[in-house]
Amino acid sequence: MILVLPIILPLLFMVVLIFTRRWLAFQQGFSIFASIMLTFVSFLILTDVQQNGILAIQPGSWDAPFGITLVADLFSAIMMITTSFVAVIIMIYSPGFIDKERQTAGYYPLVFGLLMGVNGAFITGDLFNMYVWYEVMLTSSFVLIALGGSAEQLRGSIKYVTINFVASIFFVSAIGILYGQVGTLNMADLAAKMRTWDEPMYVNSALMLFFIAFSIKSALVPFFFWLPASYHTPPMAITALFAGTLTKVGVYTLFRFYSLFVVFDQQFWMYFILTLAGLTMFIGVLMAASQFDIRKILSFHIISQVGYMVMGLGIFTVGGIAGAIYFTVHNMLSKTNTFLAGGLVYQRSGSYDLKYLGGLYKAKPFLALLFFIPALSLAGIPPLPGFFGKFFLIKGGFEAQQYFITAVAILTGLFTLFSMVKIWNEAYWKKEPEEVKEKGKVHPSALLATSLLAAAVILMGIFAGPVIDVCLQAGEQIVNPEMYINAVLKR
Amino acid sequence: MLLLLAILVGVLYGAAVYLLLRRNIFKLILGLIFLGHATNMLIFVAGGLTSGRPAFLRGVQDETIGMSDPLPQALILTAIVIGLGVTAFALTLVYRFYKVTKTVDFDELSENE
Repeated sequence: MILVLPIILPLLFMVVLIFTRRWLAFQQGFSIFASIMLTFVSFLILTDVQQNGILAIQPGSWDAPFGITLVADLFSAIMMITTSFVAVIIMIYSPGFIDKERQTAGYYPLVFGLLMGVNGAFITGDLFNMYVWYEVMLTSSFVLIALGGSAEQLRGSIKYVTINFVASIFFVSAIGILYGQVGTLNMADLAAKMRTWDEPMYVNSALMLFFIAFSIKSALVPFFFWLPASYHTPPMAITALFAGTLTKVGVYTLFRFYSLFVVFDQQFWMYFILTLAGLTMFIGVLMAASQFDIRKILSFHIISQVGYMVMGLGIFTVGGIAGAIYFTVHNMLSKTNTFLAGGLVYQRSGSYDLKYLGGLYKAKPFLALLFFIPALSLAGIPPLPGFFGKFFLIKGGFEAQQYFITAVAILTGLFTLFSMVKIWNEAYWKKEPEEVKEKGKVHPSALLATSLLAAAVILMGIFAGPVIDVCLQAGEQIVNPEMYINAVLKR
Repeated sequence: MLLLLAILVGVLYGAAVYLLLRRNIFKLILGLIFLGHATNMLIFVAGGLTSGRPAFLRGVQDETIGMSDPLPQALILTAIVIGLGVTAFALTLVYRFYKVTKTVDFDELSENE
C-alpha cells in the first residue's frame, strides 16, 4: 500500500499547515521535514519497483478495468523522487526569499497541494483520474502564481489560468471521445483494447487532442507563448518550483501516453513529434538569446530543454528514452538551480535586468560559482550531468539514424552555451554599472538551498553511471508497454 | 436528437472561441465558461445517447442488457465541479486585476512587457 503515501501524505501535511498558518517558524520547519519525508517515501517506492517490477494497486478494491488503479513504474518513481527533492530545496530556500505576507497567506499548504497533484498525476493509472490530479496541481499553481496580487503577477496569472483551462478542456474532451469509442478509462485496459482495435480514426483524433493538451502544458512549439509571459511574474522561489516540476508533468504524460496509446500510424507520430521537438529546441533557445531579463532568458530555456526531452520520445528506443529521462531529471535539478541562483543575484543587486547588473564575480565569487555550475550543466560541459544527458540523447539519435534532429540538438547546445555565457558576462563578469539598484543581503537559508542543489547537480554528474542504469531500466519499461499493461491487468 | 446536440456543441464551441478572442477580460471568462459547457456536452454526446433506460438494475440476470452507461454523467459531474472552481477563481482574479489597474482591457494587460 506504499503507493497511496505520495498522495495521502501531502494531503495530511497540507491540512496541518492550513491550521497552523499563523505560526511561521513551525510552518517553515515542518515543510522542510515534510518534503524530506516525501523524498524518502518516493525512494522506498523506487527501490520496491526495482526489486519487484511495476507496482499496481486498486485502492477502491474494484478490479483493474473498473476501479481506479495506482501504478508506479520506474519512470514515475524517478520523477516523484526528483520532484520531492526539488521541493525540499525550495522549502529551504523560501524562508529566506519570500516575504512574510506571502508566507503566512498560505504559501506552504499550497506547495503541498501542488505536490499532491503532481504525485497523483505520476502514479495514477486511470485517464480521468489523471485529469483530476492535473486540476489539483493546476489549482494550487493558480493560487501560487497569483499569491501576493501585484499588478504584474495578476497579468501573468490571467494568461496562465486561461491557457491552462483551455489545455484541460482539450484533455477532457479527448477523454470523452476515447471513452465513447473504446468504453474504458483504465489506461492499461485502454492500451490493451487499442491493440486489437480496427477503427483508427477516432483514436487518432483523440490522441491529437491529448497531444495538443500536453504540448500546451509542457510548452512545446507552437504552444509555448504563455510560459515566458507568466513564469517570471511570481517571486523566484515559486518560479523555480514551477520550472522544476510543472512543465515536466506534461512531458511525463506525453511519454506515458505515447508509449501506451500510439499504436496506429506510428511513422506519422514519430516524425510529427521529432519535428516539433527540433523546432521547440531551436526556437526556444533563439528567443532566450534575445532577452535581457534573467528570468525571461531562463524561462525561454525551459522551452528549449523540453524540446530535448521530447526528442528522446520521438526516437523511442531504449537508449533514447533513457537519455531523455536522465536529461529530464538533470533538467529539473539544474533549471531550478539556475533560477535559485538568479534569485540570489536579485537579493544581492535588487534587479533581474542584465543592464543593472555586473561585477558579481569580483564581489561575491561564491554566488558566481553557484550559477556557474548549473549553467555549464545546462550547456552540456563534460563532468556535469547535462553533458551525459545530451550525450545519451545524441547517441540514441545516431543509433536510430535520426541524423537531422541530432544535428539540431548539437547546434542548440551551442546556442545554450551562448545564452548562459551572456548571463555570465553581463551579471558576473562585466564591471558594475554606474546606475545600480538598491543592494541587499543574501539570506543564508537561500544560499544554503542553492549550494545543496548545486552539490546535487555535481553528484548526479559524478554518479552518472548508476543513474543512467536506472534510466535504462525505466526506458525498457516505456518502450515495452506490455510490461505496464500486464502489471495492471494481472495477466 | 444526436444531430441537434452535435450542432449545439458546435455552437457552444464557436461562441466560446469568439468570446475568448475578445479584448475584454470579463468576456474571456465568459468564453471559458462556454468552453467548459461545450466540453461537458461533448462528453455526454460521445458517451452515447440512450433514452429511457435505467443506469442501475437490481435482481436482473444479465445486468448489461437494457442499461444505460452512467459513467459519462459521472465524468461530467466532476468536470462541472472543477470548471466551477476554476471559473470562480478566474472571476476573483479579474476583479482583483480591475481593482489594481482600473481596466478590463487586454491591451492594458500586455503593457510593460
